Amino acid sequence: MQRHTQAVWDDTESDGYEPLLSEKGLETAEVGETGLPDELTRDSLELPALSEPELARHYTRLSQMNYGIDSGPYPLGSCTMKYNPKFTEEIAGLSAASVHPDRDAESVQGTLEIYHELQGYLAEIGGMDAVSLQPPAGSAGEFAGILVAKAYHEANGEGDERTEVIVPTSAHGTNFASAALAGYDVVELPDDADGRVDLNALSAAVGDSTAALMLTNPNTLGLFERNIEEIAAMIHEAGGLLYYDGANLNALLGRARPGDMGFDIMHYNVHKTFATPHGGGGPGAGPIGVNEDLAPFLPTPQVREEDGAYELFEPARSVGKVHGAMGNWLVLLKAHAYISRLGGAGLRDASAKAVLNANYLASQIDLEIPFGPFHHEFVASAGEQDAADFAKRMLDYGVHPPTTKWPEIVSEALMTEPTEAESKKTLEQVADAFDAVRGDAESSDSSSPERIAAGRIDQTSAARTPRLSWQRIHEE
Amino acid sequence: MSGTPERSTRDAEEQHATNRGTPYAPHTDVEVDAMLESIGAGDIDALFDIPDSVQFDGELAISGASEQAVIRRLTETLAQNADDTEFLGRGHYSHYVPSIVDHLSFRSEFITSYTQYQPEITQGFLQALFEYQSLLVELTGLEVANCSMYDAATALGEAATLAARVRGTSGSRVLVPDYVRAERRAVLENYVTGVGLVVEEFPTEDGVTTPEAVGRVLDDDVVMVYVESPTTEGIIEEHLAEIGDLVAERDALFCLGSDPVALALLRSPASLGVDIVTGDASVLGLSASYGMGLGLFACREEYLRQVPGRLIGASEDADGNRAFTLTLQTREQHIRRERATSNICTNQAWIALRAAIHAASLGPSGLVSLAKRCHALAERTAARLDEIDGVSAPVHDRYHFREFAARTDGDARAIGAAMRDDGFAVHVLDGETIQICVTDVNEHRVDEFVRSLEEATH
Repeated sequence: MQRHTQAVWDDTESDGYEPLLSEKGLETAEVGETGLPDELTRDSLELPALSEPELARHYTRLSQMNYGIDSGPYPLGSCTMKYNPKFTEEIAGLSAASVHPDRDAESVQGTLEIYHELQGYLAEIGGMDAVSLQPPAGSAGEFAGILVAKAYHEANGEGDERTEVIVPTSAHGTNFASAALAGYDVVELPDDADGRVDLNALSAAVGDSTAALMLTNPNTLGLFERNIEEIAAMIHEAGGLLYYDGANLNALLGRARPGDMGFDIMHYNVHKTFATPHGGGGPGAGPIGVNEDLAPFLPTPQVREEDGAYELFEPARSVGKVHGAMGNWLVLLKAHAYISRLGGAGLRDASAKAVLNANYLASQIDLEIPFGPFHHEFVASAGEQDAADFAKRMLDYGVHPPTTKWPEIVSEALMTEPTEAESKKTLEQVADAFDAVRGDAESSDSSSPERIAAGRIDQTSAARTPRLSWQRIHEE
Repeated sequence: MSGTPERSTRDAEEQHATNRGTPYAPHTDVEVDAMLESIGAGDIDALFDIPDSVQFDGELAISGASEQAVIRRLTETLAQNADDTEFLGRGHYSHYVPSIVDHLSFRSEFITSYTQYQPEITQGFLQALFEYQSLLVELTGLEVANCSMYDAATALGEAATLAARVRGTSGSRVLVPDYVRAERRAVLENYVTGVGLVVEEFPTEDGVTTPEAVGRVLDDDVVMVYVESPTTEGIIEEHLAEIGDLVAERDALFCLGSDPVALALLRSPASLGVDIVTGDASVLGLSASYGMGLGLFACREEYLRQVPGRLIGASEDADGNRAFTLTLQTREQHIRRERATSNICTNQAWIALRAAIHAASLGPSGLVSLAKRCHALAERTAARLDEIDGVSAPVHDRYHFREFAARTDGDARAIGAAMRDDGFAVHVLDGETIQICVTDVNEHRVDEFVRSLEEATH
């Protein structure tokens, strides 16, 4: 059995662990003479002042109080936390990679070539006709994709009638929020008893007001929507568009393509599928792909090749912009490096191993795991135990816990996605951790975790009495 | 078709090395067989529950290559970019990022982690983001800062939707000055259409916003007034307090676009009646990076429950020690879905970490010095260009920060092209105007830049 103890720097002089930067030394700098009128400038600025060695220790200690995929398994369902190859950082760190977005196209042909090539790679992987790399994250991609759908319906004179976007109950919360941000009414679609789209419910929901259906396939239960062609036909017959949420694309690389399944629009979570580090919550990138009919509506600018030269252009009926520049370029560059390292065959193999790992791990865990067969993830039920308590106890076993309590279709859900990056032996250790916590119901209560930097954190009081800056702490 | 993947000319040996499978999965063939047997499946294909009719039975037209070959290819491709010295700004800036920022931010526990859904095991990142929020609270004087959005343009869009939610009475207009970049305005327009707002422009006078100009267009239908300082042309706005009073009288929100380096020098936005500060905080921690950014978002505490994006709060753990956690998540999309304050999920957390390390490495004196230098460099460089025959700089007789516009007697496009031949990149704004940005990273080439412009104008 593997156990994990996290490094912690306990400081009895502060109220917590590693002191805040502000507790290590605040200093007030007087602004003094500036050449500007006094009423335009501040008098002074108070911020931490640390030497470089002090700074190095502060952040090194904080990093030791953090857990990443390089620390151990991170089977956080739907987040696709897989190992990120290191060499991609070398390319992203080149000074030639960091150009200003207003450079003339002629002077940044290298950047535009890679940008253009990535548009093509993603189109090939998704089976789509055109790709925009601009959205800076998955949900920004959803928003951009829905704006494209909206512009398409408006161009067809149906903008006023098509007011609804259909989203399955088990979908990512971003789908609902992105559709609402674009001004749509969200129609919730219940799952059927098998955890898939209920065709009868879909039939009742779809109609003349349907602008789009947003679907994740495989869905958040790890199940492939086998009726996808029927679903696509129902949406298309009603005049709606089919939107693919790329969160789970890692399960399908080289096996099936959203475009071939009838999807009109999709987004790619390149940070998930193409192994660029998630950076503690971002940056990611959320390119969108569309079919030929929708290509004229993509955000501006796009990159195209003319006579061997790359240039920016505005699609004929562009929705405009969803990012101030060209999106999260360094993340896109890393995704390009990852894709061109693996190639089509390597990508297909990555999906094969991801699906193998999910099914193997599911077979090793002694918990109820409804539905199946699984693609890249599955949802186990913690049964009588509270899924949140279950997760806290797992921390002591050197495993980042699964996503908990979602999707709600499974009670006390533990949504687990091992990815292709874990070995058979590691999967067995993860399964041991599940089983240990299950057999350890007595101790999987508020006393856990016991071996991690911090003990159980009171999240309720954090929300009830928000303290969101060190200024607030120092006032107390 | 946006582009056909190029068939590679890489040698067969390299392809062979990768076509056997992904190099980032550790399985041996023996292990795969044992796993399949344990599952009860004949082969891996049997695990895929995809109807035949939608299976992809071709081969993706993307070739693989060795790590070395990929690095070589991408390095060579990027080397095709002209090695110009950029005197470009207009919302995207490069400052020198100290080496320590890379060394610490690239520690793998930071960069390979995810959103801090399990706070006990991610205290380090949570504390770093809490410190980032605190830096922005100090710089803006506002009580609340979120822990990062995408960039200045999307942060502005989020500010407008917040304004529409918090305003007591309904309204439909968002006002912006004529200098706002087209890209930023286009993003704003996309963010507000869904909530039924329209964006309208008001004219500025000699580069700055006047209370009179705002007063002429302001009525009870306005939900938010947006102004930048420094502006897109690098001008420091001079009448913010009066504009703040006017906006408050109409119960609209006053949003200021700025950045953390400028705010180290300029009067605190909160003291000027500003309700929300947006902008790009990647001026610390990240170079221009083809426009990749870090959305800054800070506001008054009374809007706390309407703030978009992630917030980190201090709490206590079971041992009574101060500890940090994501908080007020009931505002967020994963809980409130279509009623969330924003759709943002993945954000720019790691860039926020870098910005915080950069700010901490400068300290208050270093940050104030950098800001003063940005002001002095703009003024000094403008004065030098003004001495050139046929160049008038700055165009507006105002205070500048980092950058300024210059009018030329000749054809500005031709001048920009001639300077590019000398290895300098400048903005060409129109037929007679260029814009120049000077910071600590291009300052050492100002002499050559001035010579180049002098030659280009003659």
